[in-house]
Amino acid sequence: MAEERERVIKELISSGIERAIAEEIARDFTVSELSVSREELLAAGIVDRYADDILCMLGIELAGEVKPCDIEAQVNATPLPDKLKSELKSKLRVVRRLLTRDKLNTILKRVIGEYEAARVDPREAVGIVAAQSIGEPGTQMTLRTFHYAGVGAIYITLGLPRIIEIVDARKKPSTPAMKVRLQPEYASDRRKAEMLAMEIEETHIKDVCRVESSADDMCILVSLNNRELEKRGITRAAVEDRIKSLDMPVDMDEDKIKIYTKNKSYHELLRLEERISNMLVKGIEGIRRAIVRKGSEGEYMIYTEGSALKKVAKIEGVDFSRTTTNNIAEIAEVLGIEAARNAIIDEMISTLEEQGLDVDVRHVTLIADAMTVDGEVKQIGRHGLAGEKTSVLSRAAFEVTVDNLLEAAIHGEVDELRGVTENVIVGQPIRLGTGAVELVARSHMMQ
Amino acid sequence: MKKKVSILEHELVPLHEVMTEQEVTELLKRYKIRKEQLPKIKISDPVIKEIKAKEGDVVKITRNSRTAEKFLSYRLVTK
Repeated sequence: MAEERERVIKELISSGIERAIAEEIARDFTVSELSVSREELLAAGIVDRYADDILCMLGIELAGEVKPCDIEAQVNATPLPDKLKSELKSKLRVVRRLLTRDKLNTILKRVIGEYEAARVDPREAVGIVAAQSIGEPGTQMTLRTFHYAGVGAIYITLGLPRIIEIVDARKKPSTPAMKVRLQPEYASDRRKAEMLAMEIEETHIKDVCRVESSADDMCILVSLNNRELEKRGITRAAVEDRIKSLDMPVDMDEDKIKIYTKNKSYHELLRLEERISNMLVKGIEGIRRAIVRKGSEGEYMIYTEGSALKKVAKIEGVDFSRTTTNNIAEIAEVLGIEAARNAIIDEMISTLEEQGLDVDVRHVTLIADAMTVDGEVKQIGRHGLAGEKTSVLSRAAFEVTVDNLLEAAIHGEVDELRGVTENVIVGQPIRLGTGAVELVARSHMMQ
Repeated sequence: MKKKVSILEHELVPLHEVMTEQEVTELLKRYKIRKEQLPKIKISDPVIKEIKAKEGDVVKITRNSRTAEKFLSYRLVTK
């Protein structure tokens, strides 16, 4: 008997019922028979919402009534996307008491019907719809072309130039920038976040020292600016170490460092001065500025001018998993093609939204998909997507007509006339929509 | 200062899984396509290196979709 109870308790717990309640059920009822009614459960002090679950679990049918697990099971069995399923479930749960099985079935059938009807038909020209859906709002952007909006003092290309940049798959955006998220202990403390920003921002010798060349004794004079050094948290030793790494005769003074050239030409001296000025003493190469800002959720984060995802990731205190850059080529290289696809979608949508334009994600998704099908980020234009079309006429119609036709003639290319452009050119119906189907008559039925 | 970071944990990187032979056969049958007709992913892709997929493998990618919450996609590992 005790064994039996233990088994039932386990079973109840495994179906998501709390232990205390499970024990209560097992104590109060002779579960071996499994004949309990809803009223009995309620009378035994079991909460309403559990009672249904318990009955369902025990496999007891309630005439006509719809149980939460029915909704769960029936909705899950539909071919709908997850988002629709969860929305449907939560809405159905609210009206559960009013439902009957028949009604539930009808509702589901109607929802599935609506969903199927809303799907894109086969042979629909989705690419053209996407192009137009982004192109039209794009015309509204042109007027505000070179508009910049900054976070504090950092400027980021926005609007149409940014969209063009993304679609052209530039190796490097005109204004690379990163949004660096921080680990909780840094994100809550402004001072710590600022220390980290200093760690990331690149500091050259010329930023903390005065570098001069002296032609008299053919040497470079580096005078340290102690205030700057302290402000940026750089030790004198760090600067000295960097200069020593040049492997040149050095004279260390109180607050001056003299570096002698081996070469005696003045030209060489000037080049050395330049080189020393631009030596990195702290920070990450390429991060020209890093400023701390409070994000919308009240956490501090670092916005940077310049981008170096891989290097920033290695810094203690940075939450790499949420750190992003607007350089899509860099994302593709560091995080892979799928991350690049996501980045294209995110960047395009946020650029469009910033301009107050509402474009359905599905259009942008299609563009991102097309740009990343081959496993690398390809541009939309002649050097990418459009240039790789199989049809000669289609390519010729797009850009550099003569080159394309000449090239195709030399190689003896054949155009199968499958696409839209080529069929328009030769004056045939295009193979889309109603043009996609053909009537074929079987000869034996003609007689 | 050495910190170990895994790109697989990055929020932009969806879940990539290598599919078994049988799963691939079923997939191709369901869509009535050949393996080569799937979208590609380079063998040099950082995620592919991380999950150690081989050339010719098909990876199942569970994307987070804004319209459907979850969306399954497939890519063929190529050179």
